Amino acid sequence: MDSDLICTINGADHPIEVSSNESLLFFLRDKAGLRSTRFGCGQGTCGACTVIIDGEAKLSCETIALDVVGKSIETAEILADQSEHPLVKTFQEFQAGQCGYCLPGILMTSKALLDKKQKFSRLEIAQALDANLCRCGAHSRILDAVEKAIKLTDEKGE
Amino acid sequence: MKNQAPKPLVEYPKLGDWVSLNEEKKLVFFSGRVELGQGNITALTMMICDELGVQPGQVNLQMARTDMTPNEGFTAGSMSIVHGGQSLRWAVAYLRQQILKISAKKLKTSLDELNLYDGEIHHNGSVVFKIDQMLDDVNFENEIPEDIGLKDPSQRWSQFREIDRVDLMERMTGAPFVHDMIEKGMLFGAPVHPGNMYSKLLSLDIQALSKRPGVIKVVQDGSFVGVLATSQQSALEAAEWARGKAQWREIDTTIDNPMSYLNSQHHDFEIVAETGDVNKNSGQWYELTVSRPYIFHGSIGPSAAVAKWEKEKLTVWTHSQGVFQLRGALAKVFETEEANITVIHKAGAGCYGHNGADDAALDAALLAKAVEGNYVKVVWSRYDEFHAAPMGAAMVTKSRAHLGPDGLITAFDVEITSVPHSSRPGTGGTPNLRSAVLIKNSKLPANSPDVPAVRGGGAERNAVPSYNFGPVRVKKRLVHDLPFRASALRSLGAYNNVIVNEGLVDEVANKVGEDPIAYRIKHCTDERSKDLLLRLEAESRKYIKNLKEGQGWGVGYARYKGLSGLCAVLAIVTVDEEVTVDRVVSVSDVGEAVSPDGVKNQIEGGIIQSISWTLKEAVKTEGNSTIVESWYDYPIIQFSEIPIVETILIERPLEKPLGAAEISQGPAGAAVANAVSNALGVRVSQLPITRDAIVSSLLSNEN
Repeated sequence: MDSDLICTINGADHPIEVSSNESLLFFLRDKAGLRSTRFGCGQGTCGACTVIIDGEAKLSCETIALDVVGKSIETAEILADQSEHPLVKTFQEFQAGQCGYCLPGILMTSKALLDKKQKFSRLEIAQALDANLCRCGAHSRILDAVEKAIKLTDEKGE
Repeated sequence: MKNQAPKPLVEYPKLGDWVSLNEEKKLVFFSGRVELGQGNITALTMMICDELGVQPGQVNLQMARTDMTPNEGFTAGSMSIVHGGQSLRWAVAYLRQQILKISAKKLKTSLDELNLYDGEIHHNGSVVFKIDQMLDDVNFENEIPEDIGLKDPSQRWSQFREIDRVDLMERMTGAPFVHDMIEKGMLFGAPVHPGNMYSKLLSLDIQALSKRPGVIKVVQDGSFVGVLATSQQSALEAAEWARGKAQWREIDTTIDNPMSYLNSQHHDFEIVAETGDVNKNSGQWYELTVSRPYIFHGSIGPSAAVAKWEKEKLTVWTHSQGVFQLRGALAKVFETEEANITVIHKAGAGCYGHNGADDAALDAALLAKAVEGNYVKVVWSRYDEFHAAPMGAAMVTKSRAHLGPDGLITAFDVEITSVPHSSRPGTGGTPNLRSAVLIKNSKLPANSPDVPAVRGGGAERNAVPSYNFGPVRVKKRLVHDLPFRASALRSLGAYNNVIVNEGLVDEVANKVGEDPIAYRIKHCTDERSKDLLLRLEAESRKYIKNLKEGQGWGVGYARYKGLSGLCAVLAIVTVDEEVTVDRVVSVSDVGEAVSPDGVKNQIEGGIIQSISWTLKEAVKTEGNSTIVESWYDYPIIQFSEIPIVETILIERPLEKPLGAAEISQGPAGAAVANAVSNALGVRVSQLPITRDAIVSSLLSNEN
């Protein structure tokens, strides 16, 4: 194994052992065992596979795994133990979701917004989330949750 | 008998059918229903806890699997709480009664002096036993008595009222789906589906396919081809490569436009409902026709399954809505006994009806048969989803309303021409699984008889308006020869029928110069529908006074299937180049709402999905195949298009639960269509209400 091929996933170093064309999506799911990142279309059109790469929301199905060498990746698992994270709190508060297949991608798009520590209007949040499809029709609750999470972050002055 | 026993109890009368002890001597409850993301597991858990007297978190609920749970049929039609939940309540009431009797005997006291809550038996204000101490003496073999008394509705929800979805966090950050299953030595399968299931494979270089990266085996059985690979990516890429190379002999078709074809049908109608003579000698008839194209179920997660064969025994993990029905269909395909097959439900993405879940299960089983002893996971590609999965049925509804001398509607006549709305596994006695047609020992589907009236009907669902319009007749004409696969999509024919009927009511109200809501209320005969519409009227006053240029408002109301949940919706839209829905207010009555917020979530979801159908969705076809390659070819509603949504629930805790998941699609579609008509002055008769459809309606109105 080439020890130079390392990325950081949710704060921990991780070797990238992949073939040349393997997508970040299947690397995360099948090699790194982080299966909250979902396969939805494999065509870059639904947002279910969204992860955060160096602070930006990106589609992992359209990213070659080898291209994230040296970069920092975040997946929805990063929120699993953070019951006090604003997004976890507000998604629970608003029960913002139904089947949940789209939620990890939506959470990653939303977390990338939150982490920018700026104010975003509901419309700006919605436009960012246009990269993510939801079929159950939980949009309204999801927007409520993200809007409030951004407000909570702002109030904490982080 | 105070309460009539819920249907599933007739077939599964023993206490042990619904609850028993596991190896650790803890209670495990069984439901034949599945969790589809609609919140079933949470609502059913709440019902168990409330009836028994334990806290959520203390309950282990096993949902549908053929080797453990009752066969409750398909989890569909907004019936889970109505039948499944009520059955559990009966079983739990009997369990509670047994536990209290055992306690009374041990304490040598009377039943009246005991109470059970928080998982503990209380006597004179102090805890005497925990439930777990009593379980050894419970007789799980006993039949649940028909006179078992359920908790009085006024006593319900005294310990807790609303809980968070028990599975939400796992769905947000974990891996709960069948797509996420990983087992040692698991192989990844992908089918090579043709665009139409009646196509025959003419040529494909199987040798070359077996040498694609990661492929370890190619399985061919007649016209069914699939690959087994070491990774999901390899499997998907190899199948895509094969699709590009495969040559198919397609069935001949002369139908170039399914909607024109439906409109050109002239064979006889069948009368499916007739409450009196609709022929009137005098007065005026008004009519309205609206058609809906084929639309996709459109799960965000593709259909998926895991299968494993071992010594002629098959185990399948699936997100099917009916594990027992899928087992029956698989037994037919593999020509084996049902006892040789175990089907276990595992979460999938929301399906909204009969999508490709069952088909993917057969694909996995066909591929796994070639590698006995191995787990095989099949996850369909987006291509498969858009070409191989059943679609929501195309249909045309024409309604006519007769205006009587006193300005009221006095007869109503409906004609429906439609593709059958259900071809679920087993319907008509055939498997109805896609690859069953492709394999050498081909099992062709029978013509679907559509859903029978006792289950709410298929194409004719909600064709009978939810008002007193005098005599009503409904005629249905089924069309079987379109080359596409259609099956149950949330609310079946109700969506289009409610749009047409509610549109027609508006047209007539307009003609007689009445307010649309007031005119509807005049035709209501029961207090519940009146209450609902009066509330909607009050809400509408807040918003419709100050509409801007280009804005319009409309309402839609229906009682789902004529006897389930009631839902009325107000929509305010802006018609510019496209239609934007600005605000939606809904008022619903589902009887007892076990989980009020869960009910609201379902109603809101139904409304938003219905707005998407109404404004955006139509499957493009060419010849006998769909021509949708990605979401770009089939746009659905996005976050920046979502209106302000207000959801009002009229709670009726003393009434029976009526179901919620499918009550809002028809009323929401009707409200939007009526609002567009209100803004434009003309009515769009072909869904979806796109810019093109509006232009075409404006032009035909001028002519």
